[in-house]
Amino acid sequence: MRAVVGIILLAVVAVGIGLALAEVPFGAPKTEVGGYYLEHGREETGAANAVTSVVVGYRAFDTLGEVTVLFVAALGLGAVLTAAGAKTGRRDVQPASLVLRSGAKLLFPLIILFGVYVFAHGHLTPGGGFQGGAVIASAFLLLYLGDRNRRISKARRTATESLSGIAFVVIGLLGLSVGGHYLMNFMPKGTLNTLLSAGIIPLIYVAIGFKVGAELAGVIDDLVKETA
Amino acid sequence: MIVIASVLVVVMLAAAVAALIFRDLLSAVIASCVVSLIASLLFFFLQAPDVAMAEASIGAALVTAVFVIALRRTNRYEE
Repeated sequence: MRAVVGIILLAVVAVGIGLALAEVPFGAPKTEVGGYYLEHGREETGAANAVTSVVVGYRAFDTLGEVTVLFVAALGLGAVLTAAGAKTGRRDVQPASLVLRSGAKLLFPLIILFGVYVFAHGHLTPGGGFQGGAVIASAFLLLYLGDRNRRISKARRTATESLSGIAFVVIGLLGLSVGGHYLMNFMPKGTLNTLLSAGIIPLIYVAIGFKVGAELAGVIDDLVKETA
Repeated sequence: MIVIASVLVVVMLAAAVAALIFRDLLSAVIASCVVSLIASLLFFFLQAPDVAMAEASIGAALVTAVFVIALRRTNRYEE
């Protein structure tokens, strides 16, 4: 019964969205600012990836807000789980199978490496701090699946998270003191399409990558710990 | 390309409906994971690789894990 109601409601929403979007030409530019970013983003920010030039270049302050939202969400989850704490003794956990255990051991460093690649090359190739951080968190998830009793150190995790968050804010303040604007790109832009280009953008993305990775791994850690 | 995308959309819709219908909540979680995975493929086809990566790693991997971990605390079957 509930499923039928759900499907009917979904159908109503789908028809509504369909009717609303029927008139909009697919993929056509609707704002002038989008065209401007595509045309001038590369030389103005030095980032070859147009998405990054918007996310950490033109809209870096919004990204700081986004990082803060994620931080508050992870903090709230940790607080709720700790408050509800009262662990009812550890349930006996079955050890993982040999395939999962050795697979996790083998893949963990490779996934970490891929995550670091994604956020370190955020200004050149698709991806960035958020994606790289999520990839790193999924590596820790695999680690937990492979070894049920393994835990990452909470002190190290929170230190990583705080230090990278502070790094983002400090980079912004340096821009304020050097150029007069918060998060101003005060470093040389370098040659387009090289690793050391785009000024502060790679630095910010490395900070976001560490922060998001530590945060999401912490969320997984909190959940696994409280439900074990 | 349009054929592959159409097939993917049909599978995605079927998985979404299945996620609603399944009484076994673990199967429903996996079905919603399929929805996210296909959404990330479709984002890739639409030339949005940044969004596709975020959707694949967060929507398909981490959210599914969070749901599965939460299921361990509750009943596996919907009443």
